[in-house]
Amino acid sequence: MAVLLTKKTRLVVQGITGHQGQFHTRSMLDFGTKVVAGVTPGKGGTKVEGVHVFDSVDEAVARKRANASIIFVPAPFAKDAVIEAIEGGIKLVVVITERIPFHDTLEFVPYARTKGVTVIGPNCPGIITPGESKAGIMPNHIFRPGDVGVISRSGTLTYEIVNVMTQAGFGQSTCIGIGGDPIIGTNTVEALALFQKDRKTRKIVVVGEIGGTAEEEAAEFIHKHVTKPVVAYVAGRTAPPGKRMGHAGAIIQAGKGTAESKVKAFNDTGVPVADYPVDIAKLLAAA
Amino acid sequence: MKFLEYKAKSIFARYGIPVPHGVVVARPEEIRDPPLPCMVKAQVLIGGRGKAGGIKPAETMDEAREVSRQVLGMDIEGYKVKQVYLEERLDIERELYLGFTIDRSAREPLLMASASGGMEIESLSHEQIFMEHVPALVGLQPYVLRMLEKFLGLQGHVAEQVTDITKKAYDLFRKEDAELVEINPLVITRAGKVVAGDAKLVVDDNAEYRHLEYAKLDQDRTPLEEEAHEKGITFIQLDGDIGVIANGAGLTMSTLDVLNLKGGKGGTFLDLGGTDDPDKVAQAFEILLKANPSVILLNIFGGITKADTVALGVKKALEEMHADVPVVARIKGVNEDQAKEIFRDIGMYPAETMEEAAELAVKVKKGGA
Repeated sequence: MAVLLTKKTRLVVQGITGHQGQFHTRSMLDFGTKVVAGVTPGKGGTKVEGVHVFDSVDEAVARKRANASIIFVPAPFAKDAVIEAIEGGIKLVVVITERIPFHDTLEFVPYARTKGVTVIGPNCPGIITPGESKAGIMPNHIFRPGDVGVISRSGTLTYEIVNVMTQAGFGQSTCIGIGGDPIIGTNTVEALALFQKDRKTRKIVVVGEIGGTAEEEAAEFIHKHVTKPVVAYVAGRTAPPGKRMGHAGAIIQAGKGTAESKVKAFNDTGVPVADYPVDIAKLLAAA
Repeated sequence: MKFLEYKAKSIFARYGIPVPHGVVVARPEEIRDPPLPCMVKAQVLIGGRGKAGGIKPAETMDEAREVSRQVLGMDIEGYKVKQVYLEERLDIERELYLGFTIDRSAREPLLMASASGGMEIESLSHEQIFMEHVPALVGLQPYVLRMLEKFLGLQGHVAEQVTDITKKAYDLFRKEDAELVEINPLVITRAGKVVAGDAKLVVDDNAEYRHLEYAKLDQDRTPLEEEAHEKGITFIQLDGDIGVIANGAGLTMSTLDVLNLKGGKGGTFLDLGGTDDPDKVAQAFEILLKANPSVILLNIFGGITKADTVALGVKKALEEMHADVPVVARIKGVNEDQAKEIFRDIGMYPAETMEEAAELAVKVKKGGA
């Protein structure tokens, strides 16, 4: 068992004919993902990397029994794409698209919840279960199957840390890039709950960053509900207040969302926090 | 996107929220027909201007000009006052607080209100603040407004006006893609009129394409940050002297942290993003060089990024700018060996890990490498 995504997952790529969609379809196929269909309105009947393209998610579900979707469509059309996936019967929607206005996310994320649909992202690298499947844009070669679950708000920083883990012999059960926006479909606490339940996962890595209170809430949840060892890293210890550090969600406002507060919350609940990304391996070894 | 008070108030007025009469000027000579008596208010993108002496009363035309002369050009926590807003003085009976923001954890808009207006919301105790989520899918329901009236102890015509303003503020919050709509104070005058005494508005940068009229607004960016913004480069100037450039926001932040732990101090946050186009890399590097760093620390972890073309972009920028700033480069990606070759050719310092790169950058700065 893995979290959310397995080799049985049947993926449809929304926005498959774009440059990004096409490139990552190839990469996901190489990783072993069952990419069963693509959707680009008006391009139905064509093929991308050998994958059938349809005009709508409805058709992709009817013809190819897709049950998960990955979204590459540009920000102005992302809400439409997510709602189409939900209404089409898709149960897992991974939104890669960045720069989606959060007032759109404020609509499609709660809507997905009322329909029992899991949304990952937006503005995220996706989700990957090494040895089984990838619905994302991560580089394939740094991942190894294993028993450590990874939860991260970042993209390339996740790769950095996964690379450290793999080199030190810590493979991954599933790695969820939850996204760097202020409003996201699956938050750190929800991802922790999934890994706590997952029998394949024995340890958990949380990669957090400044802004919001996700890490503080995670620490509280770990204290109450997580029995597996958790180790963490928090980016943005030197970030000045009031400046948005690239991610829309990464900002210290009115003294809230600081790295110190997050590190303290983790430490108070017995979760060690790495000073350097490379130290994650040592912490995992000791956990 | 942040808005100056006068600009925010003009948008509030567009949504039917009552605001006092006022005129905005950049020079005292421009003052012709101010509302009198008035308050002269510094227009800056930061709070706390009252305490800093940026809000002053004036009774006459001459006084309005004299006070404006004092306030214009003032420095309020690093923000220079370029404009003042001369606003009709209100006859205040009570001051309330009203605001809409987002609750990240609940993933819903949040209505906040208080009977203790005019103070920083953060300084109020929990019991003093009315908080209620407003699910974006269903909008602001009447029961929330009834609870709000009760909490604030409002009745009759004043309650009606506050309710109406709350509805309009929510409408504005949603339609303008706002992160924050704040009216503090929301003034109840002795005549029983409810008016927005101040106006704070922050709009989601990602929604700029839906509000192109706001794209040209003056933001609190340095000239170099402004130049980067126009070129679509994510760039922030910081206090230190080492120019940090990396790919991805999280990794860039982490690189700055690691540098700090190694005894260095970052002077820039430059997120190159997913690009490996040499021209775009060169463009980003030009911005970086203009920040006059003592050393540049480049940290790229690209699974699919072509390391060699990134290196070519760096080379191009250094040559075109005739720059001899030392560059420490750690780069992971496709063709990384070719990239290292290019870096060596131009006398750069290659490193294997980000920790090693940060350490080397500090050493190079001190002249020890």
